[in-house]
Amino acid sequence: MLGGLLAILFCQLLGEILVLSLDIPVPGAVVGMLLLLIALMVQGEVATGLRTAGEGLLKYLPLMLVPSGVGLMVHLELIARDWLAIVLALVLSTVVTFVVTALLMERLKKPEERVK
Amino acid sequence: METPSVWLILTDAPVLWLVLTIAVYMAAGWLNQRCGRTPLLHPVVVSLSVIILVLKLSQVSYDTYIEGAAFLKFLMGPAIVALAIPLYDNLARVRDLLLPLLVGCVSGALIAALSAVGVAWALGAGNVTLLSLAPKSVTSPIAIGVADQIGGAGSLAAGLVLITGALGCLIAPLLFRWLKINDPAVRGFTLGVSAHAMGTAFAFEYGAVAGAFSGLAMGLTGAFTAFVLPWLMLMLGVTAG
Repeated sequence: MLGGLLAILFCQLLGEILVLSLDIPVPGAVVGMLLLLIALMVQGEVATGLRTAGEGLLKYLPLMLVPSGVGLMVHLELIARDWLAIVLALVLSTVVTFVVTALLMERLKKPEERVK
Repeated sequence: METPSVWLILTDAPVLWLVLTIAVYMAAGWLNQRCGRTPLLHPVVVSLSVIILVLKLSQVSYDTYIEGAAFLKFLMGPAIVALAIPLYDNLARVRDLLLPLLVGCVSGALIAALSAVGVAWALGAGNVTLLSLAPKSVTSPIAIGVADQIGGAGSLAAGLVLITGALGCLIAPLLFRWLKINDPAVRGFTLGVSAHAMGTAFAFEYGAVAGAFSGLAMGLTGAFTAFVLPWLMLMLGVTAG
């Protein structure tokens, strides 16, 4: 499992290095995810240790978001000023994005049904 | 009220904030389970509200808090890398759906950013708010980076991202029923595009396929947004200056 964790961290490290040296505005972890995916495709299987480590991390993904969310407290004044705009923007935009994406995907995946 | 000196000593120990975060999160998870997993009481939203309240009441700054809680924030990086595993497990499905996935990701990301900025702009929100709203549909590590880069406030963006995530999980069951979406791949992908990591965590409740597609959507949308949003905001003339 430690080996699995090391593999994950190593992919992240490579990702961070790539992002820094190529000066691209994408988080290193996202590049790391692509690198790990490529490595898995080359290898053709997920080693047990890697799976244990990875699934263990994913299980607690929501917990990891909490500290960033607490950062809202720094902006309470800004939120108090623009709260109506923020709330309406979030609600409307989330609903619109959701509906458009879902319908688009549903349509595009079955072209034969669209012709009918 | 007489403040015990132990409290003063403890507030200096970063591990206190780690303990508080995990304990509150576990309690919020338990509460959520008791209430039938309603997204109204999403563990993340409940936890951050409780923690903000505790910090405000005990007059502890966010900088002090994050010193202890930074460990959890750090783990977000490896967790994002680990999303490659469920993705790999469902590679065949991804190959079949490659075109709809790309189209869905690009249009979803653009609609999310433009509609949020448009509505808030129409209602007279300031530019810092607009620039922090723009990346609200992508996972927080990306959103924070993008918001800071384009002149928004990273930590405000992080909060808006979480509220968006909770909203996405809240409306998901209703909209899926209303739109008659039953394919777990489409469900997961939609959740990942519109509600990032929280959507992905939620998508796993529809099974591993939904979770994997959600992770893919989150990654694609995040990467696309990170590249395109700075240009888009420049074109719209929304700048911090």
